[in-house]
Order: sequence, then C-alpha cells, then structure tokens
Amino acid sequence: MSEEQGNVVIELADVDKYFGRQHVLKGVNLQVREGTTTLIVGASGQGKSVILKHMLGLIKPDGGKVEVFGKDLARISKKELKEIRTQFGVLFQNAALFDSMTVYDNVALPLRERTAASAEKIRDNVMEKLAMMDLENAGEKYPAQLSGGMQKRVGLARALVLSPKIVFFDEPTTGLDVHKSNEIYRLFYRTQEKLKYTAVIVSHDVPKIFKLADAVALIADGVIQGCMSPERFQLSDNPRIRDFVETTMGPIYSSEKEESSLYETV
Amino acid sequence: MLKVFEKLGERGLLFLEQAGRMGVFLGYCLFCLISPPYKLRPVVRQIQFIGSRSVFVILFTGAFTGMVLALQGYYTLRKFGSEGLLGSAVALSLIRELGPVVAALMVIGRAGSAICAEIGIMRNSEQIDALECMAIDPCRYLMVPKFIAAVISMPLLTFIFDVVGIIGGYLIGVVLLGVNAGTFWQSMYSSVAWQDVQMGLIKSLVFGLLIVWIATAKGFYLHLERTGGFGAEGVSRNTTNAVVLSSVSVLIWDYLITSWML
Repeated sequence: MSEEQGNVVIELADVDKYFGRQHVLKGVNLQVREGTTTLIVGASGQGKSVILKHMLGLIKPDGGKVEVFGKDLARISKKELKEIRTQFGVLFQNAALFDSMTVYDNVALPLRERTAASAEKIRDNVMEKLAMMDLENAGEKYPAQLSGGMQKRVGLARALVLSPKIVFFDEPTTGLDVHKSNEIYRLFYRTQEKLKYTAVIVSHDVPKIFKLADAVALIADGVIQGCMSPERFQLSDNPRIRDFVETTMGPIYSSEKEESSLYETV
Repeated sequence: MLKVFEKLGERGLLFLEQAGRMGVFLGYCLFCLISPPYKLRPVVRQIQFIGSRSVFVILFTGAFTGMVLALQGYYTLRKFGSEGLLGSAVALSLIRELGPVVAALMVIGRAGSAICAEIGIMRNSEQIDALECMAIDPCRYLMVPKFIAAVISMPLLTFIFDVVGIIGGYLIGVVLLGVNAGTFWQSMYSSVAWQDVQMGLIKSLVFGLLIVWIATAKGFYLHLERTGGFGAEGVSRNTTNAVVLSSVSVLIWDYLITSWML
C-alpha cells in the first residue's frame, strides 16, 4: 500500500469541534505521511476547511489532538507553533494576498520578515519563484489588477518561497475554468517534483484531482469515512464513499445495469 | 422576568469577554513593542500616515479653536474688566484641555477609523490568517508600528495644535479686538507652568495609546465581535463602534487625568 510509506508528519486523533451548538467534527482521525499528497474531499459544509485550519493551528480542537511533526499543536507554546509554521506553505481559497502590496512584495514578505537574507538574494529567490509560475512580468502589479488564476499562482509562489516541508492547498482550483485549473495542476506537479514537499489538498475538483493524490480521504457526517489510495477509494465498499464516488464521477466502475437508477427524475 | 436577567447576564458576559480580550491584546502588543527585533521603516511609514498626514487638519482645527476661544474669552473677560488675562485664558485652556482632546478627536476621525477598517478588511479576507501561517506575528508586524507611531505622533500633533491655537488667539485678541500685545504674552508667560504642559503631554500620550489600541483591537477581533454584521457590513459597524468607543474613552480619560493631576 502506498500510504504505508514515509513517516507520519500530521496526525489528527479523535478531533472534535463545535461551532456554537453545531457539532462539525465528530472524532476525526487522519494521518498525513511525509512526501505524499493527501486529498481531503467531501460535500460543501462538511468541515474540510475546518480540518485544514486545525492542521495549521488556526483553530484549536474541543476534543482529541492534532499533532504536527509529533507535537500537539494545542499544548505547545506560541514560539514552538511559530517554529512549526516556518515549515508550512499555504495557498488559501481566495489566495489571501496582501492587497495593499505589489505582487513582488507579497512574495518577498516571508523572506523579509523571517530571514536575514540580503535584498539581492531575496530578489533572486522571488524572481525564480515568479518565473516558475510564469509571472515574471507581473511583479509590479497589485493583486486587484490580476485575474483569479494569476492570483492563485502568486499565492502559490508566496507559499513556496521559503521551500516549505508541507504545503496546504485550500480549494486550489475553485472558481477557475478548465484551462486555468489544469495550469495550477501542472504547476503543482512541477513544483512538488522540484521541492519534494508533502501536500495536503482540500478540493471539490473530483475526479481530475485524483490523479495528483497518493491518498484520498472523504469527510462526511463529521468523520473521515476512509483514507486510501485513489484506486481503492473508487472501489470502496463503504456506502458513503460509494455514494460520493458515484455522484461525482458517475458509475464508471460499476456495471451498466445500475445506471438507470442514477438518472435524475423530473 | 427571568428572560430579563438572562439577557442581562448574556450582555454582561459578552462585555467581560470583550474587555478581557482587548486587555490581553494590549498587553501582548506592549510586550511585542519592548522586545526585539526593532524595525524602523514600518514605524516611519506609520508616523507618516498617523502623524504628518494629520498635520493639515490639526493646523486648521487648532487655528479656529484658538480664534473662537479668544473671541468668547474676550467678551466674558471684558465684563469683569480683565481683558489682560486673555492670553492666560487661551493658553491654559488650550494646553491643558482643548489641545489634547480636540487633536485626539481629529486623529480618531482621520487615522483611527482608517486603521480599524484596514485591519478589519485584512481579517475578513484571511490576510491575517495568512500572516500567522507564514509564522509572521500579526501583532508585531501590523500593530506595533502603529502603536509606536501613535505614541510619537500624538504629543507632537497636540503641541502643533497648541501653538497654532495660541497664534490664532493672538490674531483675534490682539490684532482684531485690540488687547495689548504685551499684556497678552505676559499673562500667558506668568500663568502657564510646567505642570500644565506636563498634563497636556501625559494626556496626549494616553490618548494616542487609547486610539490605536481600540482601533486595532476592534479590527483584529472583527470575526469575534457579535455586532450583527458580517463582511463589509461588519467592517463598517466595527469601524463606527471603534470611533464612538475611542471618542468616549478619550473624554472619560480626559476627566480622570485632569482630576488626578489638578
């Protein structure tokens, strides 16, 4: 099994989370292994982004624990959390670029604030990352002057600028057309090959995104229904997973006789 | 009946929660302020925003405040035949009270609202989360330069306000209404003591801190405030709240400091 390789870098154990009276996560268990790409899928509002925010330490669980590099995020000091986050790169759903700064300054910010690199070194590094994203000429522009796809690419450049060990992608292709999302996937392939990071992706873009993943986890009813390789995921017996696979991909692996029942009746 | 108490309790808890949050926020920002690393450039930029860009409005309001003080003071003092005290009346009320308070209210309107809206929008569009995930402390990166800039700018703006106000008072009192220039300056010279200047200085420092504290905290905790608005509406409501709250606190603290120092 592919998911047995590598050390566990992120582990969620029995994570519970309430928002007011709403029980969003009901004992989530999930492991992310080093060097792999883990995909978290699920219907809207099931708590995919909430899981991601737990991994980032932006939200603390009401029960259970979240461990990153073997450290419980809820118990460590602010300083240790900061240390762990230096290994992170995050591509936010809406890119979350600093809109009062130019593209260049956005990408350079982590270098300026977190390293003591000289202006020249920063320039080289930033230009290299921008070139990787085909954005060499956009450095002087402001985020509001860019298209959605370009903003995502700037976000990716910013996430990768410090060569992180783990990169989180929150809906990297939502709101982009087929060409633009293919471009993001191509960049993802290229950068992961080059920088060898562990990736955690939250996405709706099934089934295309299955090609990227080493492991796929479905969240439904507040728990992870299963985390397995894409191939096994598509053939799983778990009714929830089957349901998800069938509604999002069509019954590609099942026999013809089942199909009629899936057509919507008006 | 029980409902009333329930509501009262809920309000009370909400208030305590908010007050505690803001207190912790202030403490942490002050801690960041005194601990290294220190960066000069962002502070200079904030001084430019909070300080130098407020100079024009301070000049304007300062001049008119001094002028109207001289006008009112002249007709009041003339009833007692003591127009000679006009200089002292204008200078003392400006240095002790009106300078710090009116300058603070102007800075609230100009910079406080802008700071609150800016940080609120950054919170709304996940920019603050992004900073945290990049292991950049938002308090250190965003708030500290504003705190330092406010504490440096506020006294300077207040002194500009005082000086321009006194000149305005001189123009009205001496040039227009014909008070003797010598008596005007002499009464000012003999009545204004160092304690008065000190009071103005302490007030302006406290006001500077209050303004930037309330504006940044209201913006930073936008997502936790239950003001009934989300998104753009949340930003606008919180900005209004910040302006009202900081104006009220400036007036309350003005009274407290005056009663303590007089």
